[in-house]
Amino acid sequence: MAAVAAGAFAQPLRAFSAWSWRRPLLAAWLALVPPLLWFGTVYLGSLFALLAQSFYAIDEFTATIIPRFTLATWAQLVTQPANLDIVLRTTTMAIAVTVAAAIVAFPIANYMARYARGRMKAFFYVAVMLPMWTSYLVKVYAWRLILAKEGILAWILAGLGLDGALDSVLRAPGIGGPSLASSYLGMFIVFVYMWLPYMILPIAAALERVPGSLLSASADLGARPAQTFQHVTLPLALPGVAAGSIFTFSLTLGDYIIPSVVGAPGYFIGMMVYQQQGTAGNIPLAAAFSVVPIVLIGVYLALARRAGAFDAL
Amino acid sequence: MTAAIGFEDVRRAFGAIVAVDRVSFAIEPGEFFSMLGPSGSGKTTCLRLVAGFERPDAGVVRIDGIDVSDTPPYERDVNTVFQDYALFPHMSVLDNVTYGLRVRRMAAAECRRRGEEMLALVKLGDAGARRPAQLSGGQKQRVALARALANHPKVLLLDEPLGALDLKLREEMQLELRSLQRRLGITFVYVTHDQGEALSMSDRVAVFNRGRIEQLDAPQTLYARPRTAFVARFVGGANVIDGRYAVRAEHIEIAGPGVPATDDTVRIEGTIVDTQYQGAMRRWQVRTDAGELITATRPDDAAAGPVAAALPGHREPVPREPGTRVALRWPRTRMIALATD
Repeated sequence: MAAVAAGAFAQPLRAFSAWSWRRPLLAAWLALVPPLLWFGTVYLGSLFALLAQSFYAIDEFTATIIPRFTLATWAQLVTQPANLDIVLRTTTMAIAVTVAAAIVAFPIANYMARYARGRMKAFFYVAVMLPMWTSYLVKVYAWRLILAKEGILAWILAGLGLDGALDSVLRAPGIGGPSLASSYLGMFIVFVYMWLPYMILPIAAALERVPGSLLSASADLGARPAQTFQHVTLPLALPGVAAGSIFTFSLTLGDYIIPSVVGAPGYFIGMMVYQQQGTAGNIPLAAAFSVVPIVLIGVYLALARRAGAFDAL
Repeated sequence: MTAAIGFEDVRRAFGAIVAVDRVSFAIEPGEFFSMLGPSGSGKTTCLRLVAGFERPDAGVVRIDGIDVSDTPPYERDVNTVFQDYALFPHMSVLDNVTYGLRVRRMAAAECRRRGEEMLALVKLGDAGARRPAQLSGGQKQRVALARALANHPKVLLLDEPLGALDLKLREEMQLELRSLQRRLGITFVYVTHDQGEALSMSDRVAVFNRGRIEQLDAPQTLYARPRTAFVARFVGGANVIDGRYAVRAEHIEIAGPGVPATDDTVRIEGTIVDTQYQGAMRRWQVRTDAGELITATRPDDAAAGPVAAALPGHREPVPREPGTRVALRWPRTRMIALATD
């Protein structure tokens, strides 16, 4: 009886399996519908709503949004020097963080992919990912304490007799400040630390795919190690660097917590979005500001593509 | 004359595994020299010692008489054709071929000229603009060869270069490699586990086993006079009797247990384990009463039968049912005495 019942229950399921086996593409599309609905409405829907909002403006007196098409908000963004400063400051930071993260990440990724074996390799992968399992806020506040005027870093540098060097770095215009915790240099350090795993892992993945025999062949043909790096390792790792840099660049552009906890008082795009849609209630300006990173990433991808970063894909 | 490559008491171990165990030999300039052996026998490690990817733990490796133990690969006048070809996927075929010239800062026009000359040499003159991913296995093999030859090395090292090709292409490439080597007069050091390949192409063959050279001789000598049981089995596929003699499968006669021994033959009895049809020939595997497995090949009855039946002196067909008792006989003159270690 039980077998018959189970058979009766299994019958439609088997029929469905057979049906989907014969139409793999249709089945794949069917499985795609729920995530597509979710992604389409929640993500793309909000994105276009946001974009539309940026073409509204706020009434200066009543502080209400006038739902009528206007370029006033965009004009405000691109003509007011304070707003342009914010875009420029954020972009500069994002570029600096991306370049530094790539330089710091490459040797680590190279070691992980080429030299580490067995337990050592597992250790490195876990060690790189471990910070990603820790609360973001905990890490940011920990860094504020480390970088503070009375913090451990200043204490160690003083112990080494390098406090003079720290002071002269902090006196540097643009990047300095009263302490590391309240300077752009400190913010930069925290950003690089935060996004480093996102740079290491794609580079390591790209280098893992490079057969060792290519490096042997390069040396065999007469290339010194620096030439092998320049002509073989780097070009083949470039898609990984490009993938990692998209993470570090966009994460820096959008972040609003690190600039508000660590660093100098200058505003960043993320902070501006947070403030305009919150306390200031200027949703159109917040929307316009949040479109800026999307445009910048688009420009960045186009440049990376032109530079041949994706040729080896 | 200075040897092109010289090994003097070279040893290389990886942990507890001794890959190359006190090996000494010399390769003459212009020679086609093969290193033959099963996987793990040390032949590839020897090649890597010449290329410079490995350093000897003890002993000396010489290129052109000069000790190169401390010379990195990029300063050695040898080039390698890799087993997986190792073509740079992000460069065109021509850029691959001229890579060695470009890193040595040769003028662009001269690079291009020599690159095209090399591609013409391997009959790929029109493929320069393509990417390696667009080539077939055989074409990749040729590009790898052109790239290694472009530097005009004194010695070309080939690490099982034909292993990934199908049989017909492999045979073509064997002929081509041999004629190329004769034309260029470069020393070729060829690593393979295929004894047919080694025998057909080489001036001399070194047979490797467990990190040592068992025998180093011309192909004919290797086949006719194997020095050890390993060489007899690996190179000739010969039977080794008592660990002291080698007898080739084609020299063994199979008959019913009634046939007598004579003064100039050896006779052993055994039981058929199995037979395999191989076209014109059939292969018997017979377990002797002493427990040794002996292989004998004879013309197959299906092929030879109709002809043999029409000829005088026709004999009974050879038994081939597994489990049948048979007598094996071979002439004493066909036995090759082996060195016993």
